[in-house]
Amino acid sequence: MEKHVVVIFPHPDDEAFGAAGTIARFREQGIPVTYLCGTLGEMGRNMGNPTFATRESLPEIRKEELIAACQVLDIDLEMLGYRDKTIEFEDRQQIAEHLLGYLNKLKPSLVITYYPGYAVHPDHDAFGAAAVSAVSQMDQADRPELWALAIKKGKEADLGEPDLQFDITATFTQKFEAIIAHKSQASGILGGINQGPGSLDQIVRDKLSHEAFYKWVF
Amino acid sequence: MNKIDPIVVQEQLNQFVNQPVFIHLETTNGAYATHHNRAAYNVGAFIRNAKVCFTQAKISGDPTNYRVGLKTEIGWVYAEGLRDYQLDQPGCLLLAGHDDQGRLLVTLEISHQPFSI
Repeated sequence: MEKHVVVIFPHPDDEAFGAAGTIARFREQGIPVTYLCGTLGEMGRNMGNPTFATRESLPEIRKEELIAACQVLDIDLEMLGYRDKTIEFEDRQQIAEHLLGYLNKLKPSLVITYYPGYAVHPDHDAFGAAAVSAVSQMDQADRPELWALAIKKGKEADLGEPDLQFDITATFTQKFEAIIAHKSQASGILGGINQGPGSLDQIVRDKLSHEAFYKWVF
Repeated sequence: MNKIDPIVVQEQLNQFVNQPVFIHLETTNGAYATHHNRAAYNVGAFIRNAKVCFTQAKISGDPTNYRVGLKTEIGWVYAEGLRDYQLDQPGCLLLAGHDDQGRLLVTLEISHQPFSI
């Protein structure tokens, strides 16, 4: 049984698309979950469909969406104040130390983040690498387990099958509501993965009803 | 945002001429172009809070493809594919182009004050 789960992703909506079913399952078990969200997704290209955001209004809109999604999932939220698209250019050790400050305070038994090099978006790779670095710098006695989310196509050729594969049908409703809370992003991103006819609910059910993670070996 | 009215946008552009202003210029096809289509690849660039002073400003083109050129003392600022505009607040003009799903393709923003960072 986990004691406290810390989720570390760079963008509002990463938690919803990547891990919301798993997060919801932890919450149903009464396990505290904290989301350390790196940026406000300031540079996202989805502006709603039809468009209702601008480049300048998007950060505040996504901040509200993030807060709403975390309320849906009933998790604590910390916004870390980095800027979308720039994480890979920041000093990795500084980010790791920033994350360590939270980890030392929250004392998680489990950290969930992106698998560096297998997470497609440069922010995902860089923030995942900083999170792995942060956890690896903890004393072995205090070090939480780390689950890494890989989304790169063909990842299995390098990494094998994920160690943990969850059918999240039981918590699908929470996941769908968390995704939809990110109003400015949901329709555009779901449309991008829509390979055929169907409602948003069906697209999510078909494509996103499984969540899988690799257990990090330190 | 509203569909560009070239007369209104030209009037707005004129108000920024011959004084220091801040520019946000960006184009993107998203971070997942290659992920969704191996034949495509990610392309994007942005510059935020470039401080420039332009001596001429003109909007050209038609509703399918407005272009804006800003002539500075030693160069140019250019954006193509603009279809939408918004006066965000006094002294801040937003111009943008989106695809058929509302996703940003290009934006050129001009402001008397620096954009938030």
